[in-house]
Amino acid sequence: MKITPYERVKTARDSKRPTAMDYITHVFTDFFELHGDRRYGDDRAVVGGVARLEGRPVTVLATEKGHTTREHMARGFGSPEPEGYRKALRLMKQAEKFHRPVICFIDTAGACCGVGAEERGQGQAIAENLMELSALNTPVISILIGEGGSGGALALAVADRVWMLENAVYSVISPEGCASILWKDAKKAEEMAANLKLTAKDALTLSVIEHMIAETDLGQPSFYDRLRAELSAELEQLSADSQLLQHRYERFRRFGAEQEREINP
Amino acid sequence: MHQDESEPERTCPNCHKSIAVSRLWANQNTCPCGYHFRISARQRIRLLTDRHSFRELDGDLQARDPLEFAGYEAKLETARISSNEAEAVLCGTASILGQPCCLFAMEPAFMMGSMGTVVGEKITRLFEYALAHRLPVVGCTVSGGARMQEGLLSLMQMAKTSAAVRRHSDAGLFYLTLLTDPTAGGVTASFAMEGDILLAEPGATIGFAGARVIEQTTRRQLPKGFQKAEFLQEHGFVDAIVPRKALRETIGMLLQIHGEEGRHENHAV
Repeated sequence: MKITPYERVKTARDSKRPTAMDYITHVFTDFFELHGDRRYGDDRAVVGGVARLEGRPVTVLATEKGHTTREHMARGFGSPEPEGYRKALRLMKQAEKFHRPVICFIDTAGACCGVGAEERGQGQAIAENLMELSALNTPVISILIGEGGSGGALALAVADRVWMLENAVYSVISPEGCASILWKDAKKAEEMAANLKLTAKDALTLSVIEHMIAETDLGQPSFYDRLRAELSAELEQLSADSQLLQHRYERFRRFGAEQEREINP
Repeated sequence: MHQDESEPERTCPNCHKSIAVSRLWANQNTCPCGYHFRISARQRIRLLTDRHSFRELDGDLQARDPLEFAGYEAKLETARISSNEAEAVLCGTASILGQPCCLFAMEPAFMMGSMGTVVGEKITRLFEYALAHRLPVVGCTVSGGARMQEGLLSLMQMAKTSAAVRRHSDAGLFYLTLLTDPTAGGVTASFAMEGDILLAEPGATIGFAGARVIEQTTRRQLPKGFQKAEFLQEHGFVDAIVPRKALRETIGMLLQIHGEEGRHENHAV
């Protein structure tokens, strides 16, 4: 039976899915959470800290939605405020200083949409992360585990490798938002989801991601074991890349450059 | 007879008075009350640069419909006709008060300056050109954000342009952004906010999330002047608000201060 893109959107949003904290607990050892952006506050929609991956020190960053209503509220539904992005940036720079790779888990409907977020520079916070990540001199792997909502997700995904769970989605705008802007009807989200090409398979076809992670044993010990092994192997390769930043630049440089060559030979 | 002589007029959305279009044009499309009307990319370039100094780069790039998104091709066609431009940004080299620079100006009449692959590509190429020729970049933003019809490929332009800005910046080169009405979404959250100096036109709306969306989500009344240039300056996100008639002088002066000579003198000390 074929799963429609909108069904994947709903699966990606299912609060029973493993969230970032589940991954952090099962994939790493010695995780120690580090709070605060050293500017204004601590945004609990973003989790960050140090940990070990099969013994290797790493920095882990994630957006966290929580499972229960109470957790959703405490975590701002996984939609970071500017302080969340600035905490992530602080910990990325720290990772660079101590030559630790960065591993990001992303599950967010998007950056927080609110008066305070605008007052404290939501756009500026995301922009700064994009710019800093593009030149962060340490390997970065980002995994979209649920929702990948636009710039709010990308702010943790300017990485050397971007992976996606089979039922995760990644999109420039939510299908509801897009349908309501373009077709003045949020109820046409299902049709819009197909238009937006937001599934993991679409992202793979568009070369936006390198790898799609199967979900047959999602949340089982075997699932986390496999992911741990894949991450370790990938970090091994990336750590040996003497042209890491050049390759990261090229990874993003190619989007849209290709089609132009066809028009303008 | 009388009608033919009567001049076309526009009503100012701020003071609600009618103003003759010729007077508006003579006044750089600003109302005597101070309201700044939106202007096209070509007008913007004419306003800022030395006469005949603008040389367009990559003017022939045109968007395709990479995702085969319903209705996009027709929309592109309409945008090309209504704006008389190939895409939503113009890029090139120019001089401002004799200072050579790279310049981009976004086009509000082309899908409200939204950023798809071509806009991202043109801006990236401009920063790469500026890096290769050691030139500063002056960027004038007007944009609703990332272009929905190109989906993830539009989103990736935020990363691509930011990486190009970063390389230009790391080489010690100057980037000045002029934020004009409106600058929003994925453009605010990428190259618009990455300038060394951020200027804004008075009254320009500049933000990440749309005001209406915020109102609906939070069910809260928005503060007065929310997301206006003055609001951003008050919160520390804009260096200065400069009226249109003073822009050329101000930008020219800032280019001079960041010019090659100044830096040489500093290095010599």
